[in-house]
Amino acid sequence: MDYSIEKFLWAFLGLFIILNWGMLMSALMRRIGAKLAGRIGVPLYQPWVDLLKLMSLKTWLSHGVMYYIGPVFRLVGGVGMFLFMPVIFGIEIWSNYSFSGDLILLLYFQSFGMLGMAMGASESGSPHAAIGISRGLSQFAAVEVPMTLAVIAIAIQHQTFSFSEIMAAQQGGIMNWTLFTNPLASIAGMLAMLGAMSHSPFNLVKAPNEIPIGPPTEYHSSFLSVLRTNSAILHVVEAALFMNLFFGGADSWYMYIIKTFFVYFISVFVGMVFPRFKIEDSIRWFLKWPTAIGIIAVIVAAYW
Amino acid sequence: MEEDKKDKFLAPENEIRQVTAPDGSIIEVNPLEDYFSQDRPKPYKVRKGPVEDFLNWARAESLWVLGFGTGCGSIEIPPLVTPRFDMYRFGIQMRATPRQSNVFVISGYLSVKTLKRAIRAYEQMPSPKYVVGLGSCTINGGMYYDSYNTINRLDHYLPVDAYIAGCMPRPEALLAGFEGLKKLIKAGKGHKANEYVENLDWYKANQKKIIKDWNMPDYNW
Repeated sequence: MDYSIEKFLWAFLGLFIILNWGMLMSALMRRIGAKLAGRIGVPLYQPWVDLLKLMSLKTWLSHGVMYYIGPVFRLVGGVGMFLFMPVIFGIEIWSNYSFSGDLILLLYFQSFGMLGMAMGASESGSPHAAIGISRGLSQFAAVEVPMTLAVIAIAIQHQTFSFSEIMAAQQGGIMNWTLFTNPLASIAGMLAMLGAMSHSPFNLVKAPNEIPIGPPTEYHSSFLSVLRTNSAILHVVEAALFMNLFFGGADSWYMYIIKTFFVYFISVFVGMVFPRFKIEDSIRWFLKWPTAIGIIAVIVAAYW
Repeated sequence: MEEDKKDKFLAPENEIRQVTAPDGSIIEVNPLEDYFSQDRPKPYKVRKGPVEDFLNWARAESLWVLGFGTGCGSIEIPPLVTPRFDMYRFGIQMRATPRQSNVFVISGYLSVKTLKRAIRAYEQMPSPKYVVGLGSCTINGGMYYDSYNTINRLDHYLPVDAYIAGCMPRPEALLAGFEGLKKLIKAGKGHKANEYVENLDWYKANQKKIIKDWNMPDYNW
Protein backbone atom coordinates (compact mmCIF):
# COMPACT_ATOMS: atom_id res chain seq x y z
CA MET A 1 0.00 0.00 0.00
CA ASP A 2 1.02 3.57 -0.64
CA TYR A 3 1.45 5.60 2.56
CA SER A 4 2.69 8.87 1.07
CA ILE A 5 1.50 12.30 2.18
CA GLU A 6 -0.03 12.83 -1.25
CA LYS A 7 -2.20 9.74 -0.87
CA PHE A 8 -3.31 10.93 2.56
CA LEU A 9 -4.27 14.35 1.21
CA TRP A 10 -6.37 12.80 -1.57
CA ALA A 11 -8.10 10.56 0.96
CA PHE A 12 -8.73 13.60 3.16
CA LEU A 13 -10.19 15.53 0.24
CA GLY A 14 -12.45 12.57 -0.49
CA LEU A 15 -13.57 12.52 3.14
CA PHE A 16 -14.36 16.24 2.98
CA ILE A 17 -16.46 15.78 -0.17
CA ILE A 18 -18.26 12.80 1.36
CA LEU A 19 -19.00 14.69 4.59
CA ASN A 20 -20.59 17.59 2.73
CA TRP A 21 -22.48 15.32 0.36
CA GLY A 22 -23.78 13.35 3.35
CA MET A 23 -25.06 16.53 5.02
CA LEU A 24 -26.67 17.77 1.81
CA MET A 25 -28.19 14.33 1.27
CA SER A 26 -29.71 14.26 4.77
CA ALA A 27 -31.27 17.69 4.16
CA LEU A 28 -32.57 16.52 0.77
CA MET A 29 -34.13 13.41 2.30
CA ARG A 30 -35.76 15.46 5.03
CA ARG A 31 -37.17 17.80 2.39
CA ILE A 32 -38.49 14.87 0.37
CA GLY A 33 -40.11 13.49 3.52
CA ALA A 34 -41.61 16.91 4.24
CA LYS A 35 -43.02 17.18 0.71
CA LEU A 36 -44.63 13.78 1.20
CA ALA A 37 -46.35 15.15 4.32
CA GLY A 38 -47.35 18.35 2.50
CA ARG A 39 -44.82 20.53 4.31
CA ILE A 40 -41.99 22.66 2.95
CA GLY A 41 -39.28 21.17 5.12
CA VAL A 42 -35.90 22.29 6.40
CA PRO A 43 -33.68 24.67 4.41
CA LEU A 44 -30.90 22.85 2.54
CA TYR A 45 -28.23 24.43 4.75
CA GLN A 46 -29.87 23.26 7.99
CA PRO A 47 -27.41 20.38 8.76
CA TRP A 48 -24.43 22.76 8.61
CA VAL A 49 -26.18 25.31 10.84
CA ASP A 50 -27.08 22.58 13.33
CA LEU A 51 -23.47 21.42 13.38
CA LEU A 52 -22.19 24.98 13.94
CA LYS A 53 -24.68 25.58 16.71
CA LEU A 54 -23.81 22.33 18.46
CA MET A 55 -20.14 23.24 18.37
CA SER A 56 -20.89 26.66 19.87
CA LEU A 57 -22.73 25.25 22.90
CA LYS A 58 -20.95 25.12 26.24
CA THR A 59 -20.39 22.01 28.29
CA TRP A 60 -19.09 21.39 31.79
CA LEU A 61 -20.19 17.81 32.07
CA SER A 62 -18.10 14.74 32.54
CA HIS A 63 -19.23 11.15 32.82
CA GLY A 64 -15.75 9.64 32.65
CA VAL A 65 -13.16 8.86 30.00
CA MET A 66 -15.25 6.43 27.93
CA TYR A 67 -17.94 9.10 27.62
CA TYR A 68 -15.47 11.28 25.71
CA ILE A 69 -14.03 8.42 23.66
CA GLY A 70 -17.43 7.00 22.59
CA PRO A 71 -18.16 9.56 19.83
CA VAL A 72 -14.53 9.33 18.67
CA PHE A 73 -14.89 5.54 18.28
CA ARG A 74 -18.09 6.10 16.34
CA LEU A 75 -16.35 8.59 14.06
CA VAL A 76 -13.44 6.18 13.57
CA GLY A 77 -15.98 3.54 12.50
CA GLY A 78 -17.36 5.82 9.76
CA VAL A 79 -14.01 7.23 8.64
CA GLY A 80 -12.43 3.75 8.69
CA MET A 81 -15.17 2.43 6.43
CA PHE A 82 -14.47 5.27 4.05
CA LEU A 83 -10.68 4.91 4.10
CA PHE A 84 -10.54 1.19 3.32
CA MET A 85 -13.04 1.19 0.47
CA PRO A 86 -12.20 2.38 -3.05
CA VAL A 87 -14.29 5.48 -3.77
CA ILE A 88 -14.13 5.69 -7.57
CA PHE A 89 -13.43 2.56 -9.58
CA GLY A 90 -10.37 2.58 -11.81
CA ILE A 91 -8.83 5.88 -10.61
CA GLU A 92 -5.71 5.37 -8.54
CA ILE A 93 -5.96 8.58 -6.46
CA TRP A 94 -9.53 7.74 -5.36
CA SER A 95 -8.78 4.14 -4.45
CA ASN A 96 -7.98 5.20 -0.86
CA TYR A 97 -6.29 2.49 1.23
CA SER A 98 -8.15 -0.46 -0.28
CA PHE A 99 -6.30 -3.78 -0.40
CA SER A 100 -7.06 -7.38 -1.25
CA GLY A 101 -9.05 -8.22 1.91
CA ASP A 102 -10.82 -4.89 2.42
CA LEU A 103 -14.32 -6.41 2.37
CA ILE A 104 -13.68 -8.33 5.61
CA LEU A 105 -12.17 -5.28 7.29
CA LEU A 106 -15.20 -3.24 6.28
CA LEU A 107 -17.63 -5.69 7.88
CA TYR A 108 -15.58 -5.32 11.04
CA PHE A 109 -15.57 -1.53 10.87
CA GLN A 110 -19.36 -1.55 10.63
CA SER A 111 -19.62 -2.94 14.15
CA PHE A 112 -16.59 -1.10 15.52
CA GLY A 113 -18.26 2.29 15.82
CA MET A 114 -21.37 0.77 17.29
CA LEU A 115 -19.44 -1.04 20.03
CA GLY A 116 -17.45 2.09 20.90
CA MET A 117 -20.64 4.11 21.08
CA ALA A 118 -22.23 1.42 23.26
CA MET A 119 -19.39 1.70 25.77
CA GLY A 120 -19.44 5.50 25.74
CA ALA A 121 -23.20 5.79 26.04
CA SER A 122 -23.46 3.25 28.85
CA GLU A 123 -20.92 5.30 30.81
CA SER A 124 -23.36 8.23 30.70
CA GLY A 125 -25.60 6.21 33.04
CA SER A 126 -28.90 7.11 31.37
CA PRO A 127 -31.43 4.25 31.39
CA HIS A 128 -32.62 5.30 27.92
CA ALA A 129 -29.07 4.83 26.65
CA ALA A 130 -29.01 1.32 28.11
CA ILE A 131 -32.29 0.42 26.40
CA GLY A 132 -31.06 1.90 23.11
CA ILE A 133 -27.78 0.00 23.31
CA SER A 134 -29.41 -3.34 24.03
CA ARG A 135 -31.81 -2.78 21.14
CA GLY A 136 -29.07 -1.58 18.80
CA LEU A 137 -26.66 -4.42 19.45
CA SER A 138 -29.32 -7.13 19.26
CA GLN A 139 -30.73 -5.72 16.03
CA PHE A 140 -27.25 -5.35 14.59
CA ALA A 141 -26.49 -9.00 15.40
CA ALA A 142 -29.62 -9.97 13.45
CA VAL A 143 -28.75 -7.64 10.53
CA GLU A 144 -25.24 -9.04 10.29
CA VAL A 145 -26.53 -12.54 9.46
CA PRO A 146 -28.15 -11.83 6.06
CA MET A 147 -25.49 -9.22 5.28
CA THR A 148 -22.63 -11.64 5.87
CA LEU A 149 -24.43 -14.38 3.94
CA ALA A 150 -24.82 -12.01 0.99
CA VAL A 151 -21.14 -11.03 1.17
CA ILE A 152 -20.10 -14.71 1.34
CA ALA A 153 -22.27 -15.49 -1.70
CA ILE A 154 -20.64 -12.66 -3.65
CA ALA A 155 -17.19 -13.71 -2.49
CA ILE A 156 -17.83 -17.26 -3.73
CA GLN A 157 -19.25 -15.96 -7.00
CA HIS A 158 -16.22 -13.77 -7.73
CA GLN A 159 -13.67 -15.83 -5.77
CA THR A 160 -12.34 -12.72 -4.00
CA PHE A 161 -12.62 -10.56 -0.87
CA SER A 162 -11.38 -7.44 -2.66
CA PHE A 163 -13.69 -4.55 -3.50
CA SER A 164 -11.67 -3.57 -6.57
CA GLU A 165 -12.03 -7.06 -8.08
CA ILE A 166 -15.75 -7.28 -7.26
CA MET A 167 -16.25 -3.86 -8.86
CA ALA A 168 -14.09 -4.84 -11.84
CA ALA A 169 -16.22 -7.95 -12.42
CA GLN A 170 -19.35 -5.77 -12.64
CA GLN A 171 -18.07 -3.34 -15.29
CA GLY A 172 -19.33 -3.25 -18.86
CA GLY A 173 -23.05 -2.68 -18.62
CA ILE A 174 -25.96 -2.95 -16.26
CA MET A 175 -26.42 -6.69 -16.88
CA ASN A 176 -23.02 -7.35 -15.31
CA TRP A 177 -24.08 -5.89 -11.96
CA THR A 178 -24.35 -8.34 -9.07
CA LEU A 179 -28.00 -7.28 -8.90
CA PHE A 180 -28.56 -9.31 -12.09
CA THR A 181 -25.75 -11.89 -11.93
CA ASN A 182 -26.59 -12.85 -8.35
CA PRO A 183 -30.12 -11.60 -7.54
CA LEU A 184 -30.60 -13.74 -4.43
CA ALA A 185 -27.51 -12.32 -2.70
CA SER A 186 -28.59 -8.83 -3.77
CA ILE A 187 -32.04 -9.23 -2.25
CA ALA A 188 -30.60 -10.53 1.05
CA GLY A 189 -28.01 -7.74 1.08
CA MET A 190 -30.48 -4.96 0.28
CA LEU A 191 -32.89 -6.18 2.96
CA ALA A 192 -29.99 -6.16 5.41
CA MET A 193 -29.20 -2.62 4.24
CA LEU A 194 -32.57 -1.44 5.52
CA GLY A 195 -31.45 -2.51 8.98
CA ALA A 196 -27.93 -1.15 8.61
CA MET A 197 -29.25 2.29 7.63
CA SER A 198 -31.63 2.21 10.63
CA HIS A 199 -34.45 4.04 8.93
CA SER A 200 -38.05 3.82 9.91
CA PRO A 201 -39.07 0.20 10.22
CA PHE A 202 -35.77 -0.44 11.99
CA ASN A 203 -35.06 2.87 13.75
CA LEU A 204 -35.43 1.27 17.15
CA VAL A 205 -32.13 2.56 18.47
CA LYS A 206 -32.92 6.26 18.28
CA ALA A 207 -36.68 5.98 18.65
CA PRO A 208 -37.27 9.58 19.74
CA ASN A 209 -40.79 9.17 21.00
CA GLU A 210 -40.33 6.09 23.16
CA ILE A 211 -36.72 6.20 24.39
CA PRO A 212 -35.57 9.83 24.02
CA ILE A 213 -32.92 9.55 21.26
CA GLY A 214 -31.53 6.31 22.76
CA PRO A 215 -27.75 5.97 23.25
CA PRO A 216 -26.89 9.66 22.59
CA THR A 217 -29.42 10.84 25.21
CA GLU A 218 -26.68 12.43 27.32
CA TYR A 219 -24.54 13.59 24.40
CA HIS A 220 -24.74 17.29 23.67
CA SER A 221 -22.74 20.18 22.19
CA SER A 222 -19.45 19.07 20.59
CA PHE A 223 -20.01 15.39 21.39
CA LEU A 224 -23.25 15.45 19.45
CA SER A 225 -21.63 17.38 16.60
CA VAL A 226 -19.04 14.58 16.29
CA LEU A 227 -21.87 12.04 16.21
CA ARG A 228 -23.73 13.99 13.54
CA THR A 229 -20.58 14.39 11.48
CA ASN A 230 -20.18 10.64 11.66
CA SER A 231 -23.77 9.94 10.69
CA ALA A 232 -23.37 12.16 7.60
CA ILE A 233 -20.24 10.23 6.59
CA LEU A 234 -21.68 6.85 7.52
CA HIS A 235 -24.86 7.24 5.46
CA VAL A 236 -22.88 7.91 2.30
CA VAL A 237 -20.31 5.22 3.02
CA GLU A 238 -22.93 2.58 3.82
CA ALA A 239 -24.74 3.47 0.60
CA ALA A 240 -21.39 3.26 -1.22
CA LEU A 241 -20.73 -0.17 0.30
CA PHE A 242 -23.95 -1.57 -1.15
CA MET A 243 -23.41 0.35 -4.39
CA ASN A 244 -20.00 -1.31 -4.78
CA LEU A 245 -21.35 -4.75 -3.96
CA PHE A 246 -24.58 -4.80 -5.98
CA PHE A 247 -24.79 -1.81 -8.32
CA GLY A 248 -21.46 -1.93 -10.11
CA GLY A 249 -19.62 0.76 -8.15
CA ALA A 250 -18.98 4.22 -9.56
CA ASP A 251 -16.47 5.28 -12.22
CA SER A 252 -16.85 9.03 -11.63
CA TRP A 253 -18.00 11.38 -8.87
CA TYR A 254 -21.26 12.04 -10.76
CA MET A 255 -22.03 8.33 -10.78
CA TYR A 256 -21.01 8.09 -7.12
CA ILE A 257 -23.37 10.87 -6.05
CA ILE A 258 -26.30 9.62 -8.15
CA LYS A 259 -25.94 6.00 -7.06
CA THR A 260 -25.39 6.69 -3.35
CA PHE A 261 -28.41 8.98 -3.43
CA PHE A 262 -30.66 6.29 -4.83
CA VAL A 263 -29.29 3.50 -2.64
CA TYR A 264 -29.87 5.68 0.42
CA PHE A 265 -33.24 6.70 -0.95
CA ILE A 266 -34.37 3.05 -0.97
CA SER A 267 -34.06 2.93 2.81
CA VAL A 268 -35.71 6.35 3.25
CA PHE A 269 -38.53 5.34 0.90
CA VAL A 270 -39.19 2.15 2.85
CA GLY A 271 -38.99 4.20 6.04
CA MET A 272 -41.66 6.62 4.85
CA VAL A 273 -44.03 3.82 3.96
CA PHE A 274 -43.70 1.54 6.99
CA PRO A 275 -44.03 2.34 10.68
CA ARG A 276 -41.56 1.21 13.30
CA PHE A 277 -41.13 -2.46 14.24
CA LYS A 278 -40.91 -3.65 17.80
CA ILE A 279 -37.47 -5.01 18.61
CA GLU A 280 -38.56 -8.66 18.84
CA ASP A 281 -40.43 -8.36 15.51
CA SER A 282 -37.44 -6.70 13.89
CA ILE A 283 -35.03 -9.46 14.94
CA ARG A 284 -37.50 -12.17 13.91
CA TRP A 285 -37.97 -10.50 10.53
CA PHE A 286 -34.23 -10.36 9.83
CA LEU A 287 -33.68 -13.94 10.91
CA LYS A 288 -36.59 -15.15 8.77
CA TRP A 289 -36.78 -13.95 5.15
CA PRO A 290 -33.45 -12.19 4.50
CA THR A 291 -31.55 -14.98 6.25
CA ALA A 292 -33.40 -17.70 4.32
CA ILE A 293 -32.72 -15.92 1.02
CA GLY A 294 -29.09 -15.43 2.05
CA ILE A 295 -28.61 -19.13 2.82
CA ILE A 296 -30.12 -20.08 -0.54
CA ALA A 297 -27.84 -17.52 -2.22
CA VAL A 298 -24.75 -19.10 -0.63
CA ILE A 299 -25.85 -22.62 -1.62
CA VAL A 300 -26.62 -21.49 -5.17
CA ALA A 301 -23.29 -19.68 -5.44
CA ALA A 302 -21.38 -22.69 -4.14
CA TYR A 303 -23.04 -25.49 -6.14
CA TRP A 304 -24.36 -23.89 -9.33
CA MET B 1 -39.12 20.80 62.15
CA GLU B 2 -37.15 21.39 58.96
CA GLU B 3 -35.44 18.03 59.38
CA ASP B 4 -38.76 16.18 59.69
CA LYS B 5 -40.07 17.70 56.47
CA LYS B 6 -36.98 16.70 54.54
CA ASP B 7 -37.14 13.10 55.71
CA LYS B 8 -40.81 12.81 54.81
CA PHE B 9 -40.24 13.61 51.16
CA LEU B 10 -36.84 12.06 50.62
CA ALA B 11 -36.96 9.17 48.17
CA PRO B 12 -35.87 5.88 49.81
CA GLU B 13 -32.88 5.49 47.47
CA ASN B 14 -31.62 8.95 48.50
CA GLU B 15 -31.64 8.31 52.24
CA ILE B 16 -28.41 8.30 54.22
CA ARG B 17 -27.47 4.67 54.81
CA GLN B 18 -24.60 2.50 55.97
CA VAL B 19 -22.91 0.18 53.52
CA THR B 20 -20.43 -2.61 54.20
CA ALA B 21 -17.39 -2.26 51.98
CA PRO B 22 -15.65 -5.34 50.46
CA ASP B 23 -12.92 -5.14 53.13
CA GLY B 24 -15.49 -5.32 55.95
CA SER B 25 -15.42 -1.66 57.01
CA ILE B 26 -18.69 0.20 57.31
CA ILE B 27 -19.10 3.41 55.28
CA GLU B 28 -21.85 5.98 55.53
CA VAL B 29 -23.34 6.87 52.14
CA ASN B 30 -25.28 10.09 51.59
CA PRO B 31 -26.56 9.73 48.01
CA LEU B 32 -27.48 13.40 47.59
CA GLU B 33 -23.91 14.42 48.38
CA ASP B 34 -21.96 11.44 47.09
CA TYR B 35 -23.76 10.63 43.85
CA PHE B 36 -24.59 14.15 42.65
CA SER B 37 -22.27 17.03 41.94
CA GLN B 38 -22.59 19.81 44.50
CA ASP B 39 -20.65 22.31 42.39
CA ARG B 40 -22.16 25.68 41.65
CA PRO B 41 -22.42 26.59 37.97
CA LYS B 42 -20.16 29.29 36.54
CA PRO B 43 -21.25 31.95 34.05
CA TYR B 44 -19.70 31.48 30.62
CA LYS B 45 -17.73 34.20 28.94
CA VAL B 46 -19.75 36.23 26.45
CA ARG B 47 -17.50 37.08 23.55
CA LYS B 48 -17.87 39.86 20.99
CA GLY B 49 -16.87 40.16 17.37
CA PRO B 50 -17.72 38.83 13.93
CA VAL B 51 -17.12 35.16 14.85
CA GLU B 52 -19.54 35.41 17.75
CA ASP B 53 -22.07 37.19 15.51
CA PHE B 54 -21.82 34.30 13.08
CA LEU B 55 -22.28 31.76 15.88
CA ASN B 56 -25.24 33.75 17.18
CA TRP B 57 -26.77 33.53 13.73
CA ALA B 58 -26.25 29.76 13.79
CA ARG B 59 -27.79 29.53 17.28
CA ALA B 60 -30.79 31.54 16.13
CA GLU B 61 -31.33 29.53 12.95
CA SER B 62 -31.20 26.23 14.75
CA LEU B 63 -33.57 26.33 17.72
CA TRP B 64 -34.05 22.91 19.27
CA VAL B 65 -37.12 22.95 21.47
CA LEU B 66 -37.42 20.59 24.41
CA GLY B 67 -40.49 18.41 23.91
CA PHE B 68 -41.89 19.00 27.39
CA GLY B 69 -45.40 20.36 27.57
CA THR B 70 -45.89 21.88 31.00
CA GLY B 71 -49.45 23.14 30.82
CA CYS B 72 -52.52 23.36 28.61
CA GLY B 73 -50.61 25.57 26.15
CA SER B 74 -48.62 22.59 24.98
CA ILE B 75 -51.60 21.71 22.78
CA GLU B 76 -50.51 24.62 20.56
CA ILE B 77 -47.12 23.05 19.86
CA PRO B 78 -48.12 19.90 17.87
CA PRO B 79 -49.78 21.98 15.09
CA LEU B 80 -46.37 23.55 14.48
CA VAL B 81 -45.02 20.33 12.97
CA THR B 82 -48.04 19.91 10.68
CA PRO B 83 -48.21 21.17 7.07
CA ARG B 84 -50.22 24.23 8.01
CA PHE B 85 -47.56 25.87 10.18
CA ASP B 86 -44.41 23.78 9.55
CA MET B 87 -41.80 25.17 11.94
CA TYR B 88 -39.00 23.12 10.35
CA ARG B 89 -38.65 25.70 7.58
CA PHE B 90 -37.60 28.23 10.24
CA GLY B 91 -34.95 25.91 11.64
CA ILE B 92 -37.01 24.98 14.70
CA GLN B 93 -37.11 21.32 15.73
CA MET B 94 -38.32 19.32 18.68
CA ARG B 95 -35.82 17.32 20.71
CA ALA B 96 -36.68 14.62 23.18
CA THR B 97 -33.92 15.23 25.71
CA PRO B 98 -32.91 18.39 27.61
CA ARG B 99 -29.23 17.73 26.87
CA GLN B 100 -29.78 18.31 23.17
CA SER B 101 -32.24 21.18 23.28
CA ASN B 102 -31.61 24.84 23.89
CA VAL B 103 -35.12 26.33 23.94
CA PHE B 104 -37.55 25.56 26.72
CA VAL B 105 -41.15 26.51 26.04
CA ILE B 106 -43.06 26.85 29.31
CA SER B 107 -46.47 26.31 27.79
CA GLY B 108 -49.00 27.85 30.12
CA TYR B 109 -49.46 27.47 33.85
CA LEU B 110 -46.79 25.75 35.91
CA SER B 111 -48.10 23.69 38.78
CA VAL B 112 -45.83 23.30 41.80
CA LYS B 113 -45.15 19.71 40.88
CA THR B 114 -44.22 20.58 37.29
CA LEU B 115 -42.08 23.54 38.37
CA LYS B 116 -39.66 21.12 40.00
CA ARG B 117 -39.35 19.08 36.80
CA ALA B 118 -39.07 22.25 34.73
CA ILE B 119 -36.17 23.46 36.89
CA ARG B 120 -34.44 20.09 36.60
CA ALA B 121 -34.88 20.04 32.82
CA TYR B 122 -33.77 23.66 32.45
CA GLU B 123 -30.60 23.18 34.44
CA GLN B 124 -29.62 20.14 32.39
CA MET B 125 -29.72 22.05 29.11
CA PRO B 126 -26.38 23.24 27.72
CA SER B 127 -25.84 27.03 27.63
CA PRO B 128 -26.67 29.33 25.89
CA LYS B 129 -30.28 28.31 26.55
CA TYR B 130 -33.50 30.21 26.16
CA VAL B 131 -36.87 30.12 27.90
CA VAL B 132 -40.06 31.13 26.14
CA GLY B 133 -43.11 31.79 28.29
CA LEU B 134 -46.25 30.83 26.37
CA GLY B 135 -49.57 32.26 27.47
CA SER B 136 -50.71 34.77 30.08
CA CYS B 137 -50.25 32.27 32.91
CA THR B 138 -46.48 32.63 32.68
CA ILE B 139 -46.70 36.43 32.93
CA ASN B 140 -49.09 37.03 35.81
CA GLY B 141 -50.84 33.75 36.50
CA GLY B 142 -53.60 34.32 33.96
CA MET B 143 -56.89 32.69 34.90
CA TYR B 144 -55.07 30.70 37.57
CA TYR B 145 -53.86 33.84 39.37
CA ASP B 146 -55.39 32.78 42.71
CA SER B 147 -54.79 29.06 42.43
CA TYR B 148 -53.22 27.33 45.40
CA ASN B 149 -51.19 25.05 43.15
CA THR B 150 -49.69 27.15 40.34
CA ILE B 151 -47.03 29.85 40.26
CA ASN B 152 -47.94 33.30 39.02
CA ARG B 153 -44.75 34.89 37.69
CA LEU B 154 -42.46 32.57 35.79
CA ASP B 155 -39.50 34.97 35.80
CA HIS B 156 -39.19 34.60 39.57
CA TYR B 157 -38.16 31.00 39.05
CA LEU B 158 -36.55 30.77 35.60
CA PRO B 159 -35.02 33.54 33.45
CA VAL B 160 -37.44 34.19 30.58
CA ASP B 161 -36.19 35.47 27.22
CA ALA B 162 -39.49 35.96 25.44
CA TYR B 163 -43.15 36.00 26.41
CA ILE B 164 -46.02 35.17 24.09
CA ALA B 165 -49.17 36.66 25.58
CA GLY B 166 -52.65 35.28 25.10
CA CYS B 167 -54.94 32.60 26.43
CA MET B 168 -54.21 30.57 24.42
CA PRO B 169 -51.94 32.18 21.81
CA ARG B 170 -52.43 30.53 18.44
CA PRO B 171 -49.61 28.65 16.67
CA GLU B 172 -48.97 31.73 14.49
CA ALA B 173 -48.30 33.71 17.66
CA LEU B 174 -45.90 31.01 18.76
CA LEU B 175 -44.04 31.24 15.44
CA ALA B 176 -43.95 35.04 15.80
CA GLY B 177 -42.55 34.57 19.31
CA PHE B 178 -39.80 32.31 17.98
CA GLU B 179 -38.98 34.95 15.35
CA GLY B 180 -38.69 37.50 18.16
CA LEU B 181 -36.40 35.17 20.06
CA LYS B 182 -34.27 34.78 16.93
CA LYS B 183 -33.91 38.56 16.69
CA LEU B 184 -32.82 38.71 20.34
CA ILE B 185 -30.23 35.98 19.83
CA LYS B 186 -28.88 37.55 16.64
CA ALA B 187 -28.51 40.85 18.50
CA GLY B 188 -26.39 39.06 21.09
CA LYS B 189 -28.96 39.43 23.87
CA GLY B 190 -29.69 35.75 24.38
CA HIS B 191 -27.58 35.24 27.48
CA LYS B 192 -30.22 34.91 30.19
CA ALA B 193 -28.60 31.63 31.22
CA ASN B 194 -25.76 33.71 32.62
CA GLU B 195 -28.25 35.87 34.51
CA TYR B 196 -29.68 32.73 36.09
CA VAL B 197 -26.25 31.59 37.21
CA GLU B 198 -25.22 35.01 38.54
CA ASN B 199 -28.44 35.38 40.55
CA LEU B 200 -28.62 31.71 41.48
CA ASP B 201 -29.21 32.40 45.19
CA TRP B 202 -32.23 34.61 44.50
CA TYR B 203 -33.74 32.09 42.07
CA LYS B 204 -33.08 29.18 44.41
CA ALA B 205 -34.66 31.03 47.36
CA ASN B 206 -37.78 31.68 45.25
CA GLN B 207 -37.90 28.10 44.03
CA LYS B 208 -37.48 26.65 47.51
CA LYS B 209 -40.26 28.87 48.81
CA ILE B 210 -42.65 27.09 46.44
CA ILE B 211 -41.22 23.59 46.30
CA LYS B 212 -41.59 22.06 49.73
CA ASP B 213 -40.23 18.60 48.89
CA TRP B 214 -36.83 19.70 47.68
CA ASN B 215 -35.13 16.32 47.51
CA MET B 216 -32.60 17.06 44.79
CA PRO B 217 -29.21 18.75 44.64
CA ASP B 218 -29.18 22.55 44.52
CA TYR B 219 -28.15 22.58 40.87
CA ASN B 220 -29.06 19.64 38.65
CA TRP B 221 -26.03 19.19 36.44
